[in-house]
Amino acid sequence: MPEPVTEQTIRVTINGEVYEQEVEARKLLVHFIRDVVDLTGTHVGCDTGNCGACTVLMDGKTVKSCMLLAVQADGSTITTVEGLAGADGELTPLQKAFSASHALQCGYCTPGMLLSATYLLEQNRHPSEEEIRRGIQGNICRCTGYVNIVEAIKTAAEGA
Amino acid sequence: MLLRQVEYARPGTVDEAVRLLSSREDARALAGGQSLVNVMKTRVAAPELLVDLNRIDELRDVSTGPAGELVIGAMVTYDELIRSDAVRAARPILADVAVTIADVQVRNRGTVGGNLCSNDPTNHLPPLMATTGASMTIRSLEAERTVGADDFFQGVYLTAVTPGEMLIRVTVPTLGPAEGDGWASVTLGRDGTGIVNVAATVSAGRARIAIGCVSATPVVVEADADEVAVPKAVADASLDPPDDVHASADYRRHLAQVLAWRAVKQALEGAA
Repeated sequence: MPEPVTEQTIRVTINGEVYEQEVEARKLLVHFIRDVVDLTGTHVGCDTGNCGACTVLMDGKTVKSCMLLAVQADGSTITTVEGLAGADGELTPLQKAFSASHALQCGYCTPGMLLSATYLLEQNRHPSEEEIRRGIQGNICRCTGYVNIVEAIKTAAEGA
Repeated sequence: MLLRQVEYARPGTVDEAVRLLSSREDARALAGGQSLVNVMKTRVAAPELLVDLNRIDELRDVSTGPAGELVIGAMVTYDELIRSDAVRAARPILADVAVTIADVQVRNRGTVGGNLCSNDPTNHLPPLMATTGASMTIRSLEAERTVGADDFFQGVYLTAVTPGEMLIRVTVPTLGPAEGDGWASVTLGRDGTGIVNVAATVSAGRARIAIGCVSATPVVVEADADEVAVPKAVADASLDPPDDVHASADYRRHLAQVLAWRAVKQALEGAA
């Protein structure tokens, strides 16, 4: 039977790189990503699980990294916003569409929006507007710039 | 947010999990964590030991039993429930309702067992368990027992699962030939928290209705499945719902009647 611990060494693959690190059991995944791995593209917005700014892909599915403990990610593969573009810095079609459609104002929600939209397009290559809106329901844009965000996702889907 | 210091254990089997849960007075099962982690941030909950159930494979299955009944492991996520062919075949209402829970990310992590065991009065699954005739199987160190919805849901955030125990699976009978299920709710925004939720199952002209958000546990009402009898039965149930910024008690009582008929109507269409 596994012994209860307050610290544990975890091994996580983030954007293709393996990180092995001892973490406290109480550390949230988002803080591991930001403070330990130093990938600060993943944002902390509300810290209550509502806003989706901390969204990452974990084993292929979007999760809000403020509602997971880092120890729970042991053995998993994670993609953050820094991992979307190619090794040569080439943006994904979705990122290009966000840029072209001006799908950001302050940009705080953008990393989470990009990951939710990436996941949506992986699941459904040609979503309707309704499906796009439901797909980003877990991500709040406090500038309320949804029209351009939906537009960008539509553009990326049409190009797919 | 820094959580209070907590110990963590990740069992690989149900046996290990119940042993860990029994080892401390203040041990808590960690399912999807979509509620628990947040209440730990606010210190509303501060368990000494978290027993993470996410790596227990035996809790992650949806299967069909010998009589066609659905057997759903406690750690099946909403997303897995939505994608399950077995659910679609036996009791599609579960998937139809699960797809309206919160948002994509929460559905990717949140679990059936977590929804039932947290038993927040606004949760979606408790009323459905009450109308579909589901039973919940609970394990402890010594024994396994199965209880119906009437006994399972005991109060706000309170169920038949006592310290040292855990929910391991839910069994939902398959829909009979002349039976149908329905669901109706008014929420705070699309797919938001329920103001009133109603589940209904119709069988041979009789409706079994469970109303959520109006009391500590789902309020079950039975009536003939028609437009007059259903609202009347709900009115006669003398509901005493909460009165808050989102809706007055009177408005919730009104919604309960309207939504009960909508849910029954959908169930009748399914039964036809």
